[in-house]
Amino acid sequence: MTSTARSLVEVDGVSHSYGGPLVLDHIHLSVEAGSFLGVIGPSGSGKTTLLRLILGSLSPTIGTVNREPNLRVAYVPQVETVNWNFPITVSEVVLMSRPPSIRRPWATESERRDVSEVLEQLGLAGLGDRHIRELSGGQQQRVFLARALHRKPDLLVLDEPTSGVDVRTRHEVVHLLTDLHRDGMAVVLTTHDINGLATHLPRIACVNRELIALGSPRDVLTPQVLERTYGAPMEVLEHGGLLLVTDSPLATS
Amino acid sequence: MNLFEPFQFAFFRNGIIVAVLAGAICGLIGVYVVLRQMSYIGHGLSHSIFGGAAASAVLSVNFYLGAGLWGLLSALMIGRVARRGKIGSDAAIGVITTASFAMGLALSNLFGQAKRSIDAVLFGSILGVGGTDVLAVLGAGVLSVVVIYACYRHLLFATFDPEVANVSGVNVARMEALLMLMLAITILFTMKVMGVLLISAMLVTPAATARMMTNSFARMLTIAPIIGALCGFTGMLLSYHIDVSPGATIILIASTVFLVVFTVTGSRGRRNVAGLGHH
Repeated sequence: MTSTARSLVEVDGVSHSYGGPLVLDHIHLSVEAGSFLGVIGPSGSGKTTLLRLILGSLSPTIGTVNREPNLRVAYVPQVETVNWNFPITVSEVVLMSRPPSIRRPWATESERRDVSEVLEQLGLAGLGDRHIRELSGGQQQRVFLARALHRKPDLLVLDEPTSGVDVRTRHEVVHLLTDLHRDGMAVVLTTHDINGLATHLPRIACVNRELIALGSPRDVLTPQVLERTYGAPMEVLEHGGLLLVTDSPLATS
Repeated sequence: MNLFEPFQFAFFRNGIIVAVLAGAICGLIGVYVVLRQMSYIGHGLSHSIFGGAAASAVLSVNFYLGAGLWGLLSALMIGRVARRGKIGSDAAIGVITTASFAMGLALSNLFGQAKRSIDAVLFGSILGVGGTDVLAVLGAGVLSVVVIYACYRHLLFATFDPEVANVSGVNVARMEALLMLMLAITILFTMKVMGVLLISAMLVTPAATARMMTNSFARMLTIAPIIGALCGFTGMLLSYHIDVSPGATIILIASTVFLVVFTVTGSRGRRNVAGLGHH
């Protein structure tokens, strides 16, 4: 990412409220083409609201969010919010992300080819006719990534992509997102997983109603910033060149 | 007993055509009703339309016009009360539709001469079904199929995952309004045979039965109207022979089919139905 990279989304002085107190207060943030940003913060800190403002599914109470014209955004929600009992197969899920130019229910030959390609890319080849509940946790997460990628987005937005998944799936997701970023896709995600995910990202934003810090993990993950973000003392260790954040009650800041 | 004896009567032929079409339309729209957990809205809307049907009968206004406008007004009021925030939409539906239903009953008591047609609206009847009704139900059926064909993917996306659909270029609010409109049209044009008190069951039962039989949305959308149509046909035929209102007979047939499928499909089917709408 260079300083001359074009801005896909510009969050400019944004505050947001759902009718009560402000959930987000005076946020300035820019999402550039090819960037990779992780948003961290405690539960109820406004992370998901910030994602929704970036996506455009919410309008800010104060301030503006400018998106590049014709920006193609794809969103991967938390797997916990998916209705796993809905009667739908893997292929049907992937297919729905690209609204058809021809108004007919069934997939065209080229659409079927595209769906097979994206399923193969995510290691889901041959599972197209399975019901979504019949997959493993990692496969379920990848189905929704496949749906997002089928849209061929400029910006991929993910809400807690590693929440509720096992270590192996988390590694798969992190590697996949890293590959997509390397291929030039801009990625924004929220996460609770500081050590497993946030420390591996090039840029993170610490949010708790306001934007507390923004920068590389090494610049941002300090005991002071983490205490302001999470409201509790936290310790930052370094092991083998990797940062490790602990919330030991014995930590001193 | 000649099973096909009633087919010699024109009123029965009209009635059975309407029952088959009504069953198919209820099954088709019911797929969305069940998957979107709109069954209480269907229940409420049918009760609300009863007020309009009673008023139409008393004032000698065209049934479809009077009851249709009344239903539209109720839907708008439900939306307005629910948007106040402090009252949930289920309470808003309960208050407004029950008031409308009570008004229908009051009109029925005050103007006894309209009682017969009001009873027909409540419990369903084939006696009042004429050529116009056949055309009206046929029109509603064609409209439902055309709308679902043209908006299939957008309706599916908005039903399965409204938040992601919204950011993927699907106008979710428009799809929801379209479904409400289709639901109101379905109730309006099929209530003469099914009856206000029983139509909500027909919106739920064939679709829930289809859900137990398949894990594919496209197949559910095909199976539910077939079940609805078959229940309409056998229910109407049985209704003539045992002299029970068609609405009640059709619903009893549909419930029996549900029970049989529920038993045959075992735990898989039961899990599918128990999990409907659960995340």
